Amino acid sequence: MSLEIRGLGLSFRQHNGRRLEPLSGVNLTLDAGEVVGIVGSSGAGKSLVAAAIMGLLPRNAEATGSVQIDGAPITKGDVALAPQGIDALDPMAPVGRQLTRFARLAGLSADAGRRRIENIMQQVQLPAPVLTLYPHMLSGGMAKRVLLATALIGRARILIADEPTLGVDPATADQIMNCLGGLAGPERAVLVISHDLPRLLGIAARLTVLKDGRMVEVCPSEHFRGIGERLVHPFTQALWQAQPVAVSA
Amino acid sequence: MTGWLGPLLVERAIRLCWLAPLAAVGLFILVSNAPVDPIEAYVGARTALIGPEQREAIAAAWGLDQPATTRFVLWVRNVASGDFGDSILYNAPVVTVIMDRFPASLLLVSLAWLLSFVIGTGLGIVAAMTPGSRVDRAIRAYAVVLTSSPGFWVAIILISIFAVGLKMLPSCCALPPGTTTAEATFWAQGRHLILPVVALSVTGIAPLVLHTRARMIGFLESPPAQHLTAHGASQRAIAFGAGLRHALGPALTVHLAGAGELFGGSILAETVFAWPGLGQATVRAATGGDAPLLMGIALATLLFVFVGNMLADIAARLVDPRLRWDKSR
Repeated sequence: MSLEIRGLGLSFRQHNGRRLEPLSGVNLTLDAGEVVGIVGSSGAGKSLVAAAIMGLLPRNAEATGSVQIDGAPITKGDVALAPQGIDALDPMAPVGRQLTRFARLAGLSADAGRRRIENIMQQVQLPAPVLTLYPHMLSGGMAKRVLLATALIGRARILIADEPTLGVDPATADQIMNCLGGLAGPERAVLVISHDLPRLLGIAARLTVLKDGRMVEVCPSEHFRGIGERLVHPFTQALWQAQPVAVSA
Repeated sequence: MTGWLGPLLVERAIRLCWLAPLAAVGLFILVSNAPVDPIEAYVGARTALIGPEQREAIAAAWGLDQPATTRFVLWVRNVASGDFGDSILYNAPVVTVIMDRFPASLLLVSLAWLLSFVIGTGLGIVAAMTPGSRVDRAIRAYAVVLTSSPGFWVAIILISIFAVGLKMLPSCCALPPGTTTAEATFWAQGRHLILPVVALSVTGIAPLVLHTRARMIGFLESPPAQHLTAHGASQRAIAFGAGLRHALGPALTVHLAGAGELFGGSILAETVFAWPGLGQATVRAATGGDAPLLMGIALATLLFVFVGNMLADIAARLVDPRLRWDKSR
């Protein structure tokens, strides 16, 4: 099983008739068992890659290129996304009810859904009573893990996590990243979009570096070491050298 | 879960304790300064036959020879002991008059409330499913026409079409002429309800349509809905699943809070359809200078509106957990 993104580009039609191209020429390959990361500064188009794969583009957007799994277009349930914003949780429904919705979308019976939710809750390390809480009662870290849980319920072959550690304390961030690292398997590949370079390097085999909507570098994680002498693009080197922990290491 | 309900009820009870007396003072000032002379209204056409002595006797019997402040103190003292006085026009205790007529009004108002809620939110959801489409535009145009149509005018149009023209439905009253409640069949009573209920429901529909539509469109474009869409949920499934609470919750609150408006509308509808409810009694009491009955009805209406608003607050909290406050937590 492998996800193939070829020449992915996006173009937004603006009010003044001009076109904005926030993304162009993105290629990415993701095989079962792999964890791959996308890094880049804010506004580089990282989340747009996720949106394009999920078909969540605004109406004025036009996508070019192809996104395929084993040579066939993506179908319902193939890809699951844990979105960046915790506002993706329904403020009027308790966590349990929301997870049940995703279980139903995955075609699980009520019973199977309940067991699956129990399982997933352990996997993302949330205690069972969280199921009765409403989103506004959750801490940021809990909400992030609930979002991850919504994406894990169906048996999607590709899991995308968009900034899974944003706004979360270091210990919880470690937990979330390790959890993501453990999710890749013979039937599943994981794509992690993150600013959190050190933690991402801990789980990802390869990184794709985006700058202003273009890929500037694709390299194995080992290239991020020392003062970045094995990194090719100056932007990637700057990104690496901006990491206080990494440089001292 | 319901830790917020107790404090809310206590707070509202305290509010009623100062609101009701305040309203009573305001009402009394209005009623005692009304341009209707109760004695003149009572005497009516026999005005030439009645001399000043008789007028004074009537005034003395009703206490109208006393200054307004004295009358108010007397009234408050009586009300405190549960006596709202006697209606001049109906020649019966105010409480009895109200209790006799309230059920008929309540039936009318609650059926109209229910009908406008079902139609309003239903059309709102349908319009939200395809915003900008022909269906959506037709529904919005319908809502605009409804808002701009006064209830009493709609009532008259309904009568002229269904009662006069098609002769399908009765044009007045709660029962066929010459029958009592015991004699009339369920269907006969139901037939008399249709036109007044439809006429009364008209005013409430438009705001609900627009409100429900806006809320549903807002939710369908929101991150939670997108998250569900991304995982294979259809728009219909989202609208009738997670979306209902987002769209119907606020609509329920708005509609409960608007129950008072509906009660006001029932005065017009009851007049047009000669419906034997509280609205009709209100008009008679106002034009006939029946101060005790008017005061009683006004206070009953205050209570009705107050309960409606309180139910709206409770409904809002039941629907949206973020509005609940619980001091114990």
